[in-house]
Amino acid sequence: MAEEKRTRPPRKKPERIPRQEMPVRLPEVRNKDFNEVALGFTPELALIEAKRCLQCPKHPCVDGCPVSVDIPGFIHLVSEGDFIGAAQKIKETNLLPSVCGRVCPQEEQCEQVCVVAKIDKPVAIGRLERFVADYEREQGAVELPKVAPSTGKKVAVVGSGPAGITVSYELLQAGHKVTIFEALHELGGVLVYGIPEFRLPKAIVAAEIETIKKLGAEIKLNMLIGKTRTIDALLDEDGFDAVFIGTGAGLPMFLNLPGENLNGISSANEFLTRVNLMKAYREEYTTPIKVGKKVAVIGAGNVAMDAARAAKRVGGDDVEVSIIYRRARDQMPARAEELHHAEEEGIIFNLLTNPIRFIGSENNAVTATECIKMELGEPDDSGRRRPIPIEGSEHTVETDTVIVALGTTPRKFISETTPDLKTSKWGTFLVDEETGKTSKKGVFAGGDIVTGSATVIKAMGAGRVAAIAINEYLAGL
Amino acid sequence: MYKIVKKQDLAPNITRFSVEAPEVARSRKPGQFVVIRAEETSERVPLTIVDSDPEKGTIDLIIQKAGFSTTRLVSFEVGDGFLDVLGPLGRPTDMEKYGTVVCVGGGVGTAVLYPIVKGLKEAGNEVITINGARNKELLILEEELGAVSDELIITTDDGSYGVKGFGSTVLQGLIDDKKNIDLVVAIGPTMMMKAVAEVTRPYKIHTIASLNAIMIDGTGMCGGCRVTVGDEVKFACVDGPEFDAHLVDFDEQIAKHHYYDKEQKCQMDLMIDKAEEERA
Repeated sequence: MAEEKRTRPPRKKPERIPRQEMPVRLPEVRNKDFNEVALGFTPELALIEAKRCLQCPKHPCVDGCPVSVDIPGFIHLVSEGDFIGAAQKIKETNLLPSVCGRVCPQEEQCEQVCVVAKIDKPVAIGRLERFVADYEREQGAVELPKVAPSTGKKVAVVGSGPAGITVSYELLQAGHKVTIFEALHELGGVLVYGIPEFRLPKAIVAAEIETIKKLGAEIKLNMLIGKTRTIDALLDEDGFDAVFIGTGAGLPMFLNLPGENLNGISSANEFLTRVNLMKAYREEYTTPIKVGKKVAVIGAGNVAMDAARAAKRVGGDDVEVSIIYRRARDQMPARAEELHHAEEEGIIFNLLTNPIRFIGSENNAVTATECIKMELGEPDDSGRRRPIPIEGSEHTVETDTVIVALGTTPRKFISETTPDLKTSKWGTFLVDEETGKTSKKGVFAGGDIVTGSATVIKAMGAGRVAAIAINEYLAGL
Repeated sequence: MYKIVKKQDLAPNITRFSVEAPEVARSRKPGQFVVIRAEETSERVPLTIVDSDPEKGTIDLIIQKAGFSTTRLVSFEVGDGFLDVLGPLGRPTDMEKYGTVVCVGGGVGTAVLYPIVKGLKEAGNEVITINGARNKELLILEEELGAVSDELIITTDDGSYGVKGFGSTVLQGLIDDKKNIDLVVAIGPTMMMKAVAEVTRPYKIHTIASLNAIMIDGTGMCGGCRVTVGDEVKFACVDGPEFDAHLVDFDEQIAKHHYYDKEQKCQMDLMIDKAEEERA
């Protein structure tokens, strides 16, 4: 008996659960309408995916999140099937999880630093975030956060994009009275005029904003601060104790090429505003929109992808939509997922190609884009290899619609009418990064107006930082 | 909701509205405009503010039925309201003392001209106003402009009232009579502003035109109102609407105005069909 050799069964390596794919509508179906492309996790998929989280004590994901969501905490609740609890956990630091779950670049933030990513694909944190937030809303389980007793202090929030929404939410919870000033006829900023319905349904944005209204924010639409009313008037005449400026970067950049003012050439801001805010793709809405048969979108960021995919949907099956980009595939700044979805939907990538002028017809309509081929040279300041024109490679591309998506810069309504607010040479506001304090007493700023065009979540992060500083400032008054 | 408190037909297809918009009324200056969205499904339409009453909190707008959206706007009645009124937008007119100023208004552009004439007169200028229309019936603001101008000259294309001909021809006449002119302000159809710019160009008389560009937001976001001014591209909504008429590429503006003609016509046809269905 003693001789009997005990053999241990070979230790079986636990089967690794693969990252769960999110169901997505078929490209040839979805590129004909504006309904959402991605369908979101089912509860079953969410439960499986949540089990992939190691619950590691160091949780680098939390540090990777601009608003420090307790990611292991909410994923743990998902794994226990407490989806509503998970949503509430996220909302401790992020009012807009169903927005962020859709549009955040998780692959550069939380998911990039996920420990699981060292051996496998990272935990699908964004998809889980989206799932629990949608679940909570669809179950009608959204609860209002607790609000501190009224402080009697009044804050003006200028702009209702991601930064303004976040600041408002935090300040309302702290018991201050908040008035939101929005220049357009709808709240939400870039979430309503910029990001298309098929990527971020407007009903979801509206539901998230509803929370702020329920918390008692006063809403003033059609108020362009700097024109309708100045910052000084808000502080000196209207009795506001502090002002937060989150007016974003709204001014579209153009190429400054010959022929750029021809008919048929617009900024991505114009094209997307017609589609998203003005709902030009819906028959009952009267804002016109025009897409020809050969569309060229200049630029390769997320906005360029949004414009290209929207053009495809407006233009129909026989419209050819191309991205024209001077660098190579690896350098396209849009999220990998957006590039993938765009290609699936039939968007053509015309890379290492740079437009040099636009050619028009007798009636001033664009008919062609003259381009030059590029090759990659030495790295430039951004670390990306610099594109260099290939001599003699000029060629014309038939084009009847051009959408320019090169980025945006801040507008000047406030800086021009508030001389004691210091700005950079790019027109962005100079603030203390730790607090969002501007050079003017009682005035704070955050989001694209400070950083230049960036992301939804970075604007929300800046909003949180400013809210803490505003709370401190108001307490000292 | 921005309530309509007064509505008055000035001429066939030209209507004047007084609209409650207290914030705009108290901050607007001559030369500025508003963007109006009549109802949920409407497009946003830029319209110049003709006058305002800060005490009553109202602004006055003059709207000419031209396409689908203006036809819809004009159908609104006292007691109704426009869903959105944003303003005041654009840069105000520089109200300095120039000396002698000739203001040339054509058609409904006269509505835009009126507050500028009034302001220039208040700033101490000698103001000669040329008020032009296609015919007598379409002439607007004769009495109002007369009250704020040192001299008012009426022109009609068909000669049914005042001088027969165009504002630019009358302006040429003033120049030929050796009238010393320090500034010309031209507001009206793009063709007319272009003609005025050509009249004053050889004499190097500083000339301003107020452009009526296509725009969506009116706040610098869309860039739909791009205009070539000399070597530069400007946005009519934030850099304008007034520009040096000798530098503006008017032909480009004329082409831009026609870009959505087909879509506008479709909307009009749909509206007419719907109205006929309702009648039947």
